[in-house]
Amino acid sequence: MTSSSKRSLMKLAGWSALAATAALVGCGKKEETPPAAAAPASAAPVAAASAPAAKPEPLKIAFAYVGPVGDGGWTFAHDNARKAVEKEFGDKVVTSFVEKVPEAADAERVFRDMASQGNKLIFGTTFGYMEPMLKVAADLKDVKFEHATGYKQADNMRTYDSRTYEGAYMAGVIAGGMTKSNTLGVVGSIPIPEVIRNINSFTLGAQSVNPKVKTKVVWVNEWFNPPKETEAAQSLLNGGADVLFQNTDSSAVLQTAGKAKKYAFGWDSDMSAYSPEAHLASSVINWGPYYIKATKDALEGTWKGNEGSWWGVKEGAIDIVSISDKVPAELKAKVESVKAGLKDGSYVIWKGPIADNAGKEVLKKDEVADDKWLGGVKFYVKGVEGKVPGDGK
Amino acid sequence: MLKLEARPAPSKAMSIGSPLLALAITVVIGVLLFVALGKDPVRGLQVFFVEPVKSAYALSELAMKATPLLLIALGLSVCFRSNVWNIGAEGQFIVGAIFASGVAMQAGPGTGGWIVIPVLLAGVLGGMVWAGIVALLRDRFNASEILVSLMLVYVADMVLGYLVYGPWKDPAGYNFPQTITFLKSTQVPRLVQGFRVNVGVLVALGLVVAFWVLLFRTYAGFQLQVGGLAPAAARYAGFSSRKALWTALMLSGGMAGLAGGLEAAGPLGQLTPHVPAGYGFAAIIVAFVGRLHPVGVVFSAILMSMFYIGGELAQSRLGLPKSLTGVFQGLLLFTLLACDTLIHYRIRWRAAHVHAPKPTPVSTPTPATTPKEA
Amino acid sequence: MESFALLLAATFNAGTVLAIAALGLLINERAGIVNLGAEGLMLVAAIAGYATAVHTGNDWLAFGAGAAAGALLAAAFGVLVIWLNTNQYATGLALSLFGVGFSAFAGIKYTQEKLTERPHFEVPFLADIPFIGPAVFKQHPMVYFAVLLTIGLAWFFYRSRAGLVLRAIGESPESAHALGYPVRRIRLIAVMVGGALCGVAGAYISVIYTPLWVEGMIAGKGWIALALTTFATWRPARVLLGAYLFGGVTMLQFHLQGEGVQVPSQFLTMLPYVATIVVLVLISRNANFIKVNMPASIGKPFFPGS
Repeated sequence: MTSSSKRSLMKLAGWSALAATAALVGCGKKEETPPAAAAPASAAPVAAASAPAAKPEPLKIAFAYVGPVGDGGWTFAHDNARKAVEKEFGDKVVTSFVEKVPEAADAERVFRDMASQGNKLIFGTTFGYMEPMLKVAADLKDVKFEHATGYKQADNMRTYDSRTYEGAYMAGVIAGGMTKSNTLGVVGSIPIPEVIRNINSFTLGAQSVNPKVKTKVVWVNEWFNPPKETEAAQSLLNGGADVLFQNTDSSAVLQTAGKAKKYAFGWDSDMSAYSPEAHLASSVINWGPYYIKATKDALEGTWKGNEGSWWGVKEGAIDIVSISDKVPAELKAKVESVKAGLKDGSYVIWKGPIADNAGKEVLKKDEVADDKWLGGVKFYVKGVEGKVPGDGK
Repeated sequence: MLKLEARPAPSKAMSIGSPLLALAITVVIGVLLFVALGKDPVRGLQVFFVEPVKSAYALSELAMKATPLLLIALGLSVCFRSNVWNIGAEGQFIVGAIFASGVAMQAGPGTGGWIVIPVLLAGVLGGMVWAGIVALLRDRFNASEILVSLMLVYVADMVLGYLVYGPWKDPAGYNFPQTITFLKSTQVPRLVQGFRVNVGVLVALGLVVAFWVLLFRTYAGFQLQVGGLAPAAARYAGFSSRKALWTALMLSGGMAGLAGGLEAAGPLGQLTPHVPAGYGFAAIIVAFVGRLHPVGVVFSAILMSMFYIGGELAQSRLGLPKSLTGVFQGLLLFTLLACDTLIHYRIRWRAAHVHAPKPTPVSTPTPATTPKEA
Repeated sequence: MESFALLLAATFNAGTVLAIAALGLLINERAGIVNLGAEGLMLVAAIAGYATAVHTGNDWLAFGAGAAAGALLAAAFGVLVIWLNTNQYATGLALSLFGVGFSAFAGIKYTQEKLTERPHFEVPFLADIPFIGPAVFKQHPMVYFAVLLTIGLAWFFYRSRAGLVLRAIGESPESAHALGYPVRRIRLIAVMVGGALCGVAGAYISVIYTPLWVEGMIAGKGWIALALTTFATWRPARVLLGAYLFGGVTMLQFHLQGEGVQVPSQFLTMLPYVATIVVLVLISRNANFIKVNMPASIGKPFFPGS
C-alpha cells in the first residue's frame, strides 16, 4: 500500500469511529426502556406490564459492597441477605448491587447513580461509606439510606450493626475448651472498637470455661488480604497459639491453621468447607432478618431515620454454626445454653467484674454495660496480651 | 510474510491515527468480550461511551474523574518528553494529598475560603518534595529514577498509613484510620451548585494552555524536548541535562501533588488510607495515549475517565464485573504501543523466499533487510 | 527457640515466592529487558494455576499452567518490545494493568472454590533434627527449587557459554549482533523463560502459599521482585538472600507484634523499599561501579542493522 492510501485508510477509520459513536448515541436515545428491566444483576422478575390490576411499582433496592461478592466472608454474607429479601418479597422488590465500591470519593458517585436509577432504599455495607452517604442523603431527601457499622445519621439515613461480639464470645467458649496450650491467637483487622470488643468477648468466653487462657493479637491493618492473613496466622501459631480466631474477611486464617493441624473458626460466613479438620465452628452474621425488616418498613411506610439498630442472637442476626464433631458434647451443650441465654436475654456477656489487662477495673461487680459503653471499648481485657494500637486515643 | 520497513520520515497521519486505531481495536475486543459474556454489545458500548456523557451530572462526574488524570498526565508528558521516566507519580500524588491535608487541618472555625489556595499550594509542594528526592538521587548518585520513584510510591503509602493510623487520626473517629473531616472552608469551591465538579477543572484547563506554551513556545521547552529526543545534540548545544532533569521532575511532581491536594480537599474532604486510587499509574497511560501533547492528554484523560465510570456503571447496568475496567485500560495501552510502531515503520508484504530481484536497472538489492533475525 | 525456628521456616517460605520471581526477572534484565509487568503476569499465572488445581487436583500441573501463562504473556510483551521496539516501561506497565484486570475478571468464578487439603512435605530423618529440622526441612519442594535455581543460574551466567552470550547481549546487543548472534531471538527466549518463572511464583502463591483465589492476591510481590533484582545488583545468590530478607520482614513484623513490641507496622513494611533505594544509590554513585553491576543495555531499544 502506498503511504497516501494508508493515509486515506486512516481517515476512513477515523470517520467510521465517529460515525459508530454517533450511531451508538442514536441507539441510546431509542433504547430508553426502563433501565432496570434489562439489568441482569437483579434476579427478581420485574413486575410485568401485563399484570391486569394496577400493581404498585416494585420497590427498587440497591446494595453497595466494599468487597467482591465471592469473598466468602463479609460481603458474601450481605449478598446472601439480599437474596433473602428477594425471596421474601418476590416481585414487590427489585434489587441490584455494585461490588468493590471503594471507601473513597467514588462511593458518592455510586450512591448518586443508584438513586438516579430509581432505587429508593440503599444499603451501604461498610463504615467507610459514612461520609459519602451522608452527603448524598442530604441532597436526595426522598431516598432512604441504611448504613452498616457507622455512627452518623440523618432524617433519611439510619445505621445498623450486628452484635458480632456475641458470636465472638460463643466461639471463645469453644476455644477455651479446646485449647491445650492455653494460648489463643487472634488475627485482627483494623483496631476499631468493634474489633477490640470482639477480641475481648472471645477472651471472656474462653475464660468462662478455662480461666487460664491468654490471647495474642496480631493486626493486619486491612479487612481483607489473604496472603497477609496467612502470614499473621502463621506467626501466631509460631508463637504457641493452637486455636485461632479472626476478624478479617477471608478463609486464609482457617486454612493456615489447618495446614498446621491446629484449630480455628470461620467468621462472618460459614467457612466449614474450607478446612474441615481445622474448623471448630463459624460465627456468622445473618443480615437477612434486618434487611427484611428494613424492606418491610420501607414498603409499609414505617421507615424512620435518625435511629440505629444493633441486633444480635436475640433477633436472629448472629449465630454460631457448623460446630465440629471434635467439640465434646459437654462443651457443645455449654455453647448452646449460652446461645439460648442470649436469645431470651437471660445471659449477659458484659457484666462486671471485668478488669482491663493493666489491672484497672472497668466494670464493677454485677454492673451491666450498656450499648454506649460497649460502643467505645478501647482497652483489652485481662488475659489479652499487648496494648491496643494507637493507644486507643 | 509481514515485514516492518522503516519509513523515510515519521508519518504524521499515523501520529493521530495510532491512538484512534488503538481505540478501535480495543473497542472491537470489547465487543467480542461482551458477546462472549452474553451481554448486549451495543448496550455495553453505550454504558462505556454514552452514559458517562449523557447528562449534566454525568459530565460533571466525568470532569471530576478526568481532572486528576489530566493534571498528572500534563506533568508526565513533559517528563517523558525529556526522557525522564517518572513512574512514581502515584507517590507524589499521595504526598501532595498529605501536605494539603496538613494545611487543611490547620483551618479553624473562623478561617475564610482563602485557605484553599495554601491547601493546594501545599499539595504542589508535597509532590515536588517527593519528586525532588528522585531528582536528587539521580542527579548526585545516578540512581535510576524509574526504580527510585517506584519504590517511593510504597514508602509514600506507608507514610500515609502511619499518619492516619497514628498522629493524625481523628480522636472522635472511633479509632478508624482517618483524619477529621476538613472544615467547609477548606473545600475546593464547586463550579455549579449541585454538581461535584469544582474549580480544579478550570485550573487543569488553564494549565493545559500553560504547558502547551511551555513546550512549544518557550526556549526552555525546546531544550527539554531536544534533551529527550537527541541527548547528544543537546549536550553539544550546551543544554543542561541537569536542569532538564530537575525541571521535568519538579513539574511532574508538582502536578501530581496538586492532583492529590485537589482530591483530598475536594470530593474526599479528609485523608484516609484509600486516597491512593491508582491515578498516578493510569496517568502514564493517559500521557502516552495523548501522545505526550497537552491538548492530546485532555482527550485521553476524558477517554480514560469514561473507562473508569463506564466500568462502574457496567456493574449496575449490565452485571459486568469491575475488573473489566483494568482490562480495557491495559488493552488500550498495549494496542497503542503496538500501533505506534506504524508511525516509524510501515508494514509490507514480502514473499517468503526472495529470489534474485527483478533485473531493473534502478532497483536496489535488498540484503539490508535480511539479516538473520526471526 | 522453637518459635525462632518456625519464624525461619516461614521466612524461607515467604522468600521463595520473591526469589523465584526475581530470578526470572533477573534473566530478563541480564538480557537487557525490564519487564515492569511482573505483577500482572504473576496474577494471571496465579489464577491459571489455581483454576488448573481446582479442575485437575494436580499441583504440578498447576505450576505448569502458571509457567505457561507467564511465558505466554511475556512472549506478547517480548514481541512488542523486542521487535516493535515499543517503550519497555510503558509496555510493562500496560501488561501489569491488563494482568490485574484480566486475572480478576477470569477469576470471578473461582473465589468460591477451594482446593483439596494441601500436602505436607518433610525430608525424612533430616526433619527431626532439633531446630534445623523444623526450620529448613519441612518445606514445600518449591523452596528447595528456589535454592537449586539460584545455584543453577549462577552456574549458567558465570560458567556457561550460553550465559556469557546472554550477558554480552545485556551489555551490548550491538556487539553481539555484529558477532552474528540472533540477539532478538535470544532476548525473546530470555523474556519467556523469565516470564515462566514469574508464573511459577504466581502459581505458588495461589496454590500453596495462600491456597485460595482472590483478586489482587499477589499484593505487590511482583513490584518487590523487581526491586529485588536491583537490590541484589543482578547476582543470583544475592537475589536469594535478598528475597529471604524481604520475605522475612513481614513475618518479623507480625512476630514482633505477637511479642508485644509496638513499632508502627508501616515502618517495618516500608523497610524493603527504603533498603532498595539505599542499595540503588550505593551502586549507582560511581559510574564505574554501576557499569560493573548493571547490564548496560537495560531498557534501551535495539535496532539491528541500524
